[in-house]
Amino acid sequence: MRGTMTEMIKKAGRQTNQNEGLIFEKSSPGKRAFELPPLDVPAVDPAKALGAAHRREGVEGFPEVSEIEVIRHFTRLSNWNYAIDLGMYPLGSCTMKYNPRVNEFVARLDGIATEHPYQPQDLSQGCLKILQLLETCLLEITGMDAITLQPAAGAQGELTGLLLIRAHHTKNGNPRKKVLIPDSAHGTNPATAVIAGYEVENIKSNAEGQVDLGHLRQQVTEDVAALMLTNPSTLGIFEQAIPQIAEVLHAKGALLYMDGANMNALAGVTRPGELGVDVMHLNLHKTFSTPHGGGGPGAGPVAMKKILEPYRPVPVLVGKEGGRLALDFNRKDTIGRVRAFVGNFGVLVRALAYILAYGPGIRQATEDAVVNANYIRKGLEGVYDLPYTRPSMHEVVFSDAIQKRNGVNTMDIAKRLIDYGFHPYTTAFPLIVPGALMIEPTESESKEELDLFIDAMKSIAKEAAEKPELVKTAPHTTRVSRLDEVGAARKPVLRWKSEEKRSEAAD
Amino acid sequence: MRYLPKSPAERQEMLAAIGVKSVEELFSSIPDAYRLKKPLNLPGPYSEQEVIEYFKARAVENSEGYAHFLGAGVYNHLSSVVTDVIIQRGEFLTSYTPYQAEITQGTLQAIFEFQTLMCQLTGQEVANASMYDGSTATTEAVLMAERLTGRTRVLVARSVHPEYREVLRTYAKNSGLHVEEISYAAAGTLDVKALKAAIGPDVCAVVVQSPNFFGVIESPAVLAEIARSAGALLVVAIAEGVSLGAVMPPAEADIVAMEAQSFGLAPSYGGPYAGVVASKEKYVRQMPGRLAGQTTDHDGRRGFVLTLATREQHIRREKATSNICTNQALCALAATVHLTLLGKEGLREQAAQNLSKAHFALNELEKIPGVKRRFSGAFFNEFAVEFPKSVKMVNAELLREKIIGPFVLGSAYPELSKNALVCVTETTTREAIERFVSGVKRAIAELK
Repeated sequence: MRGTMTEMIKKAGRQTNQNEGLIFEKSSPGKRAFELPPLDVPAVDPAKALGAAHRREGVEGFPEVSEIEVIRHFTRLSNWNYAIDLGMYPLGSCTMKYNPRVNEFVARLDGIATEHPYQPQDLSQGCLKILQLLETCLLEITGMDAITLQPAAGAQGELTGLLLIRAHHTKNGNPRKKVLIPDSAHGTNPATAVIAGYEVENIKSNAEGQVDLGHLRQQVTEDVAALMLTNPSTLGIFEQAIPQIAEVLHAKGALLYMDGANMNALAGVTRPGELGVDVMHLNLHKTFSTPHGGGGPGAGPVAMKKILEPYRPVPVLVGKEGGRLALDFNRKDTIGRVRAFVGNFGVLVRALAYILAYGPGIRQATEDAVVNANYIRKGLEGVYDLPYTRPSMHEVVFSDAIQKRNGVNTMDIAKRLIDYGFHPYTTAFPLIVPGALMIEPTESESKEELDLFIDAMKSIAKEAAEKPELVKTAPHTTRVSRLDEVGAARKPVLRWKSEEKRSEAAD
Repeated sequence: MRYLPKSPAERQEMLAAIGVKSVEELFSSIPDAYRLKKPLNLPGPYSEQEVIEYFKARAVENSEGYAHFLGAGVYNHLSSVVTDVIIQRGEFLTSYTPYQAEITQGTLQAIFEFQTLMCQLTGQEVANASMYDGSTATTEAVLMAERLTGRTRVLVARSVHPEYREVLRTYAKNSGLHVEEISYAAAGTLDVKALKAAIGPDVCAVVVQSPNFFGVIESPAVLAEIARSAGALLVVAIAEGVSLGAVMPPAEADIVAMEAQSFGLAPSYGGPYAGVVASKEKYVRQMPGRLAGQTTDHDGRRGFVLTLATREQHIRREKATSNICTNQALCALAATVHLTLLGKEGLREQAAQNLSKAHFALNELEKIPGVKRRFSGAFFNEFAVEFPKSVKMVNAELLREKIIGPFVLGSAYPELSKNALVCVTETTTREAIERFVSGVKRAIAELK
C-alpha cells in the first residue's frame, strides 16, 4: 500500500477489488440477459401500428450482455463503495444509522410493493392504514396537530412547509416578503425560500452559536413570513431560547419553521410542537432509518399546527364511517400537489417498520446517539479545536485550526480517515466554522467502533504534526487517488460515447 | 433493543468517560419544562416477526388477487430478481451520496451509466442523475426553460398527466410563472392550431407528454418547430419509458422530463420512482439535479465525480438551479441494472409485446357494440375508449369479477365522462384481456 500504512491503522485491512470498465464497453451484439415469455396474442407490425415517422428500430448503443456479466459488473462496482454495512459513517447532519433489513423485506411484500396508486380506495385499505399509523406515530413524536406524508424528500418538505406558511399569510391578506435564515443553515433552506417566492434574510449566530434574540427582535417585522430554524443547529447545539424565539415571531404574526434534519437528537426527549414550532419537516432517511441508497430516495413529511392544516397538499387522508379510510382530493384551501400520487410510499413503509421495532424505546436510540457524540467530543477535545463549547447533542463540530498551522486542512484529515477504514465526517460545514469537522456518529455505533474512530483521529492529528505530507496526499489505499474535480467541471464528460461517436465529435 | 450495539455496562462506562452521572445531564440544554416526562405513546416494540406480521396483515387488505388495467403514469412491467439482488447489496443500499469520490466509485460509475442510458433512450445529449419523479422532473424542466429564456409564460398541453400539471401549478404559483393549457385535437394529440394561436414572444416553454396521458404519440419535431419560431423551448415529458423501445425519441425537444418507474421499479402505491431531466449539452449549466462526470485521478486512472456542483444548493444557496439536494440514486440504480439486463434486444421485444397486446385488447373491446376508440392518433400501450355507459358503473361490475377496471378519464376530464383509459402491458395475459373484455361486455349489457 505504497508504504503509508502505519501500525496505528487498526480497522482497515487490505481489500482486493477488481477492475471493471463501463457496461457499454463489455457489450457485444446478440448477447442478452433477460428473456420474455412468448407473445400470446397476434403480433402487430410496429411500423404499421405506429406509422413510419414514429417507428424506432432500436436504441442505438444500448448494452448487450449476459446475466452473469451483469451480476459481476454491478457486484464489482459495489465493492468500490463504502457503506454503513461496512462501518461507521460519521457524516454530520446526515444521520447515517443502521438500515434494518426487515424494512426492506416488508416494503417488497406482495400486496405492498404491487399496489397501484389509482386502484379503488376500498381495495387499498391496507396501504391507507399504513399511512394513517405512520401519521399518528409521527404526530406523537413531534407533538404537532396535522401532517402530510406527500413530500418526496427533505428539500421538498421545506418547500411544502413554506407554501403552507405562504397560504396562511395570504389568507390573512398578505403573503409577506421575507424568510429569515440563520447563517449556520443548510443550503437547501435559502434555495427553497426563493422557490416559495420569498427573499432570504440571513441572521447571524452569536458567539455561542445560538440565535441572537436581541438582533432577532429587530429583524422580525410585519414583512417577515417565517424563520427557518434547524434545531439542534448544525453545530449540534440545542437552541435553548426556542420558546422565546417563537414568541418574538408570533408577536409579529410570523411563524416558526423547524428544519427537522437533526430530529435524531430529540425523538422521545422533547417535542417541537411544545417548543412553539408551527411547522417542520422530518427526513425519514435520517431519523427514521430508511436507506440512503447512494443519495435517495428519501421522504420529507411535514408536520404542522392546526392553523396550517387547511392548506395541506392534496390528497389528504381522512376517516370515513365504519372505520374506512379514504383520500380526500377536494379541499378548497389546499396549496395543491407537490408531487404525483400519495408520496414515496415504499419509503414510508420502511419508516413505519423502524418505528414499530422501537416503539417508545425510540428514546433509547436518541440517548445513545447523544452519548456517542459526547464520547467522541470528550475523546478528541484538545486534539482538535472546539470552536463552540456549549453542550453537544447528537453531533459535535471541531475545526482544523490546530492542524492548519502545519498546512493540513479538514479535507485532508477527512481523506486520511479513509485510510483508517472510516468514511469521512462532513467537511467545511456549517459555514460559520472555518475548516469544520462535523461528526455525527448516530446510535448505531458500538463503543469498540467509537474507540477505533477516536484512535484514528488522534493518530491523524499526530501525523498532521509530524508528517503533514502524508495527510495532505491521502487517501493512499483507495482504488483511485484524489480525483481532478476542476478538470471534470471545466470539460464535462457526462456520458459514455462509442469510439466512432467520439472521433466524429473530434472531427 | 436489537439495533443498538451497547450493553448497559458499556453505557455506564461511556457516561463515566464523558464525566456525567446520568444520560439526563446530556440533555440539560433543553429547558426542563420542555423535556418529555412520560414515554411516547407508540405501538411496539415489535420483534422482527411481529413487524412482518403487521405488514402482511395490511397487504391482504389491498388488491391481492385482482387483475388490473390501470396505467395512467404507473405501469406494471416484468422485472428480474437480479435487479433486486443488486440493489439490496449493502454497499449500494447503505451508502451515502457520493461526495467522497475515492470510496464511492461504485455509485458514481453506476450514475454515469444511468446518465448514458437515459441519453440513449431519449435522444438527448446530457441527462442528470435523477430527481424525485416524473411530475417534479417536468416542473424542474419548465423552471430550467424559464432560466434559459428569461420568459415566464408556459403553454402546457391538457394531455399532459393531470397530476404533473397540478404539481407545475403549485410551483408556478409563487415563482411568477403563468401556466396556460392547450387543448387536444380529435386525434388526441395537442391541438396545433390552438398552440399556434397562443404562442408568442413571452413563452418560455411548450410542454407536451408523449405518449400523452391518453396514450397517443405526439410529434415532437412539428411542435419543436412551432416553439422555436417564437423562441420558446419544447419540453417533452415521458411517463411510459418502455415506449422508447418502439417509438422515436423526442430528439428535437430542448428538454425531456422522464419518469423511470417503468424500468424495474415496483408501483408501490405511488413511489419511490425516479424522474430524469435530459437536455442539450449547451444547456447543461442550467440543469437541475446532480450530475456525475468522468475525470482522472492523480495517477491518470479513469474515475468519476459529482460535477458542476456550482449549480447546486449546497454551494449556491439562494442562487441554486433547484432546491433539490437528493437524487433517487437507488431507484436510478435499479433502472440501470434493469435496462442493462433487458439490453437492446430485450427492450425492443418488450416494447413490441406492449404494442401487440394493447392493439389486441382494443380490437377485442371494439367488437362490443357501442364501444369505440375515442382518439385516432397512434398509441403505444394505452388508449382511451368510449363506453355507452358510465365507466364508473362498468368498473363497479368488473370488481365483482375481481378485475380492477381502467382509469376513469372523467375524473380529470369532465368532457370525457364516458371514457376509460385502458392500459395493457407485456404482463397482461391474453386470458386476462379476454376476461376483461367479456366482463365489460356483460356489464354494458346488464346496465340497461
